[in-house]
Amino acid sequence: MGEMETAPKPGRDVPPKKDKLQTKRKAQDPFPGPAPVPVEVVQKFCRIDKSRKLPRSKAKTRSRLEVAEAEEEETSIKAARSELLLAEEPGFLEGEDGEDTAKICQADIVEAVDIASAAKHFDLNLRQFGPYRLNYSRTGRHLAFGGRRGHVAALDWVTKKLMCEINVMEAVRDIRFLHSEALLAVAQNRWLHIYDNQGIELHCIRRCDRVTRLEFLPFHFLLATASETGFLTYLDVSVGKIVAALNARAGRLDVMSQNPYNAVIHLGHSNGTVSLWSPAMKEPLAKILCHRGGVRAVAVDSTGTYMATSGLDHQLKIFDLRGTYQPLSTRTLPHGAGHLAFSQRGLLVAGMGDVVNIWAGQGKGSPPSLEQPYLTHRLSGPVHGLQFCPFEDVLGVGHSGGVTSMLVPGAGEPNFDGLESNPYRSRKQRQEWEVKALLEKVPAELICLDPRALAEVDVISLEQGKKERIERLGYDPQGYDPEAKAPFQPKPKQKGRSSTASLVKRKRKVMDEEHRDKVRQSLQQQQQQQQQKEAKAKSTGARPSALDRFVR
Amino acid sequence: MTANRLAESLLALSQQEELVDLPKDYLLSGSEDEGDNDGEREHQKLLEAISSLDGKNRRKLAERSEASLKVSEFNVSSEGSGEKLVLADLLEPVKTSSSLATVKKQLNRVKSKKTVELPLNKEEIERIHREVAFNKTAKVLSKWDPVVLKNRQAEQLVFPLEKEEPAIAPIEHVLSGWKARTPLEQEIFNLLHKNKQPVADPLLTPVEKASLQAMSLEEAKMRRAELQRARALQSYYEAKARREKKIKSKKYHKVVKKGKAKKALKEFEQLRKVNPAAALEELEKIEKARMMERMSLKHQNSGKWAKSKAIMAKYDLEARQAMQEQLAKNKELTQKLQVASESEEEEGGTEEKVEELLVPDVVNEVQMNADGPNPWMLRSCTSDTKEAATQEDPEQLPEPEAHEVSESEGEDRPVAEEEILLREFEERRSLRKRSELSQDAEPAGSQETKDSSSQEVLSELRVLSQKLKENDQSRKQKASSEGTIPQVQREEPATEEEEPLLLQRPERVQTLEELEELGKEECFQNKELSRPVLEGQQSERTPNNRPDAPKKKKKEQMIDLQNLLTTQSPSVKSLAVPTIEELEDEEERNQRQMIKEAFAGDDVIRDFLKEKREAVEASKPKDVDLTLPGWGEWGGVGLKPSAKKRRRFLIKAPEGPPRKDKNLPNVIINEKRNIHTAAHQVRVLPYPFTHHWQFERTIQTPIGSTWNTQRAFQKLTTPKVVTKPGHIINPIKAEDVGYRSSSRSDLSVIQRNPKRITTRHKKQLKKSSVD
Repeated sequence: MGEMETAPKPGRDVPPKKDKLQTKRKAQDPFPGPAPVPVEVVQKFCRIDKSRKLPRSKAKTRSRLEVAEAEEEETSIKAARSELLLAEEPGFLEGEDGEDTAKICQADIVEAVDIASAAKHFDLNLRQFGPYRLNYSRTGRHLAFGGRRGHVAALDWVTKKLMCEINVMEAVRDIRFLHSEALLAVAQNRWLHIYDNQGIELHCIRRCDRVTRLEFLPFHFLLATASETGFLTYLDVSVGKIVAALNARAGRLDVMSQNPYNAVIHLGHSNGTVSLWSPAMKEPLAKILCHRGGVRAVAVDSTGTYMATSGLDHQLKIFDLRGTYQPLSTRTLPHGAGHLAFSQRGLLVAGMGDVVNIWAGQGKGSPPSLEQPYLTHRLSGPVHGLQFCPFEDVLGVGHSGGVTSMLVPGAGEPNFDGLESNPYRSRKQRQEWEVKALLEKVPAELICLDPRALAEVDVISLEQGKKERIERLGYDPQGYDPEAKAPFQPKPKQKGRSSTASLVKRKRKVMDEEHRDKVRQSLQQQQQQQQQKEAKAKSTGARPSALDRFVR
Repeated sequence: MTANRLAESLLALSQQEELVDLPKDYLLSGSEDEGDNDGEREHQKLLEAISSLDGKNRRKLAERSEASLKVSEFNVSSEGSGEKLVLADLLEPVKTSSSLATVKKQLNRVKSKKTVELPLNKEEIERIHREVAFNKTAKVLSKWDPVVLKNRQAEQLVFPLEKEEPAIAPIEHVLSGWKARTPLEQEIFNLLHKNKQPVADPLLTPVEKASLQAMSLEEAKMRRAELQRARALQSYYEAKARREKKIKSKKYHKVVKKGKAKKALKEFEQLRKVNPAAALEELEKIEKARMMERMSLKHQNSGKWAKSKAIMAKYDLEARQAMQEQLAKNKELTQKLQVASESEEEEGGTEEKVEELLVPDVVNEVQMNADGPNPWMLRSCTSDTKEAATQEDPEQLPEPEAHEVSESEGEDRPVAEEEILLREFEERRSLRKRSELSQDAEPAGSQETKDSSSQEVLSELRVLSQKLKENDQSRKQKASSEGTIPQVQREEPATEEEEPLLLQRPERVQTLEELEELGKEECFQNKELSRPVLEGQQSERTPNNRPDAPKKKKKEQMIDLQNLLTTQSPSVKSLAVPTIEELEDEEERNQRQMIKEAFAGDDVIRDFLKEKREAVEASKPKDVDLTLPGWGEWGGVGLKPSAKKRRRFLIKAPEGPPRKDKNLPNVIINEKRNIHTAAHQVRVLPYPFTHHWQFERTIQTPIGSTWNTQRAFQKLTTPKVVTKPGHIINPIKAEDVGYRSSSRSDLSVIQRNPKRITTRHKKQLKKSSVD
């Protein structure tokens, strides 16, 4: 990018004096002009789809388009330059030559890393209150877990400072932080409850009953709940209203995950399908048949490109979500995976019995390759909940023996956005952020498969409006469509010449004439094409080959 | 025109009389004194009146309240003929008289004259005015177009507008280390060198620089004021002269002439005392004039006028005096000055006077002939001299009014610079006058001009006496206005310089603009250069991405759902196998079996395909069946309308676009429109865009701070208009954008001068407006 701004080369005829001057200047600045920016990085920030060829446009329009393109280029270059500020690099794990990384156990890793990182590996031995579900807050600083037998606790897991610990005296099916660590939603046996970080019950939402799974959409402030009754309910936590309650018509719902890219909820069903939901539609946006048996777990990666599913048929599949919904890779697991989760950098974890397997891809944005596991770990009990901690190389596993935090190098995003989700933020900062986030809340009805739909024009209403206007006025006032001609209307004539029959005749005449014109044009085109083809064939045929001389 | 009108009025009058006559006759019918002829007619009329009494065609008789029993013998009655009175009849005299002949002639002349074109009506004139005014205004305003365009395209406008110092990109910077390579460039440089235009170091040519430094604004203003003053003075003087010229009193003119002559003489006397050499010259001139006079037949009472006067001289004292005066003048002019002593002169003069008092023209002529050396020469030369006189200064002919001013050629020389200016004005004025004269070309006017021309010739002779005084004056002027003249002289070159400046400035600005444009172009080129690179890269990248898609699609068509789900995938044998499994390896196999058995019955795939089919059906637009059973055929229970009829009344729904999941067997994509999302989308294309793809391109880049760096965000959200608080925002002026102040005078010329416009003018105007 910056290569074009090099110093002017001295001409041959320039007197030596000037040459010297220029050399001097060169000596002063060895790297003239702005620093070059790698094209790939710039390309990452380019959002205008230039593959589509535009129709011919007027000069004024062209200038606007040029301005838009120039702006995009400039902003993307600036954004690419600012990548320099992302100083942290992701962690990684490399075995010694030929060594399988899956053989490396947690103890080895803990030994190898610094104390601060080593402290992140811990085990909570909580055998009393049964298998645990767990959830990290969006900043990755706080951890909440709830045991099947009613044990709910929230803590700052880095400092191990307990925020609250209660027993709800009811079965806890799922637990989830709301937009901040101050609010906690717990799906209990009958209803959905919301607690604050002191463990005080704030709300009991009876309209969401028998909830099995919870999912929070942070930008829409929506809490999505899937219930045993087969309803998917969206609760707006900012105003406390239920936005939509959708009947999935597929029996008990207990497999749910969200697509962080477009906030679409993925539900797994017992008939082997995964359905995609938005609160704006009563029907699923899409239904994908994934497995022959029921779906056991679903997970979507952070870029919204890949979905991992595991079913009762013991298969683990990775689907491409970019329009085709076809499986990219399939593996049969010995026991089938009961739980799946993607990390920020695209690592996939599957919980199978009391073992977790982690697969890694080629980097961020690439699907995990299921050939070789990246890491494996055996826990003290069967896995019940899995989540990678945001911005940390840590995987939290809830199991029947308690909660385990294990180190997975290269799992978390090393650079965090201080304004968006700052792990080190103070209370004040959190309050500020809360206000800003609420101001930027995205309306629930904007959830759709393509989150960039807002940057598109509503073509159907546009066309309709145009048609209506033309109908109303009798002509096209803006001349959008040069082909749209007003239908021929025969002029009234005097002395009985404008009888209905003659009018029809005249109309027919004009119509026929137009039709003939069209036919003539199409014929001409065909002829031209044929001629071109013939010409091509001739030209190719006439070309002598080098080997022709040997032909006898 | 007037004659025409006169004729018309006469006609009208006659008609009126005609009308008036009829009832008069009617009334008079009762009177006894009437001829046979009359009696018959009256009888006829009576019969008619009686017959018309019945019914509708009863004639309404003109009533006349005033009874006049007198039969005027001067009244013209048109009785008997029943025709209209013709103008010629009126003029036809009872007895032919010479006085009427002239009137006839005049009438004929009037008839033969072409009518003057009718002035256009008011609306048309106004329309033409409007048209021209519009064109001019449009032209004046069009210079703002680039400014407006620039402001519209500007990313940001800051008000109040600050006059930007035109940043002259020093061309040396641009040109250093650069050489003309292409033939076009070389040619351009050749041209520049040829014309001594600056190429590298100084931006301006020396002339331009000098012209730039030549004058400050105040100086220019002062000069302008002076010029204005001079012009005003001149116009006053001219006005005065015109006024004086218009005075018809002969006495006044005589007095003036005499006064002038006396003055001239006095001055000559003085001159003789002061500067004998100059006086001698003057004398020579006078002598020459005398010779000319002698050669000519002027003032010899031989002209038309003189002859007519001679006829009248018998009876008219004034005429006689006039003739004598003429002769006296002749004498005066033809007299030799030095040769004759004063006493002799006086004697001659008295003698002559006495003679002239008594003797008529013819005698005088003889005497004159005797006086003059060669009568033949005189006769033959007159015409020549006249011509010569006209040739001498042809300029004076067309400008009789300005004559007195321009007469003095001697004056011209010292004040020549001023003269140029004045002459311009006069030329213009005379042109205007000539046009005026030609416009209302009346016979009298032409006569006048003739008179004036002859007077000019006469007055030219007066140069003689005046030159005497002129020389003195000039000398005085030279003495007194030695301070002023140089000033004037200085002025002149200044004005001359001004003009080039005026001419040059725009050019120079143009060149600057061109330079800027060149710079811009270079920038554009750079951009263009960079863009292709980018585009190339993109195109390089896109093929990598794009062609994959179609390939995939082609493959996808081959996908079979059965294959998709039943393909045996390789199983993983991970290191850490779940403990239970390790313990119960056999059980695992059993489990697999069990699962297979469990799902053998319920065919997931078939269910899914069925669901998909249903969804596809549901989303298809439905046909409309308009068949009415029983119409046109038998109806009743158990009777179905015939297939033909059903086919006829079935309206088939148009087929929609292909479904997105057409080639994806394992997917059902909902095709329903999300109206909630659509409510947030743009549904009307903003102005310059004609296709939604164009507009979409401009809104695809997010402008929020979430997606952009701080700088980019600020740039993307800069306000289009910024106003400085506490500043007055004045409307844009020509100076603000680098124009010189506009001359508005050319706009309002026509509005101020609404003259009569004829169709001819209209055409001209149109032509000019088109130009």
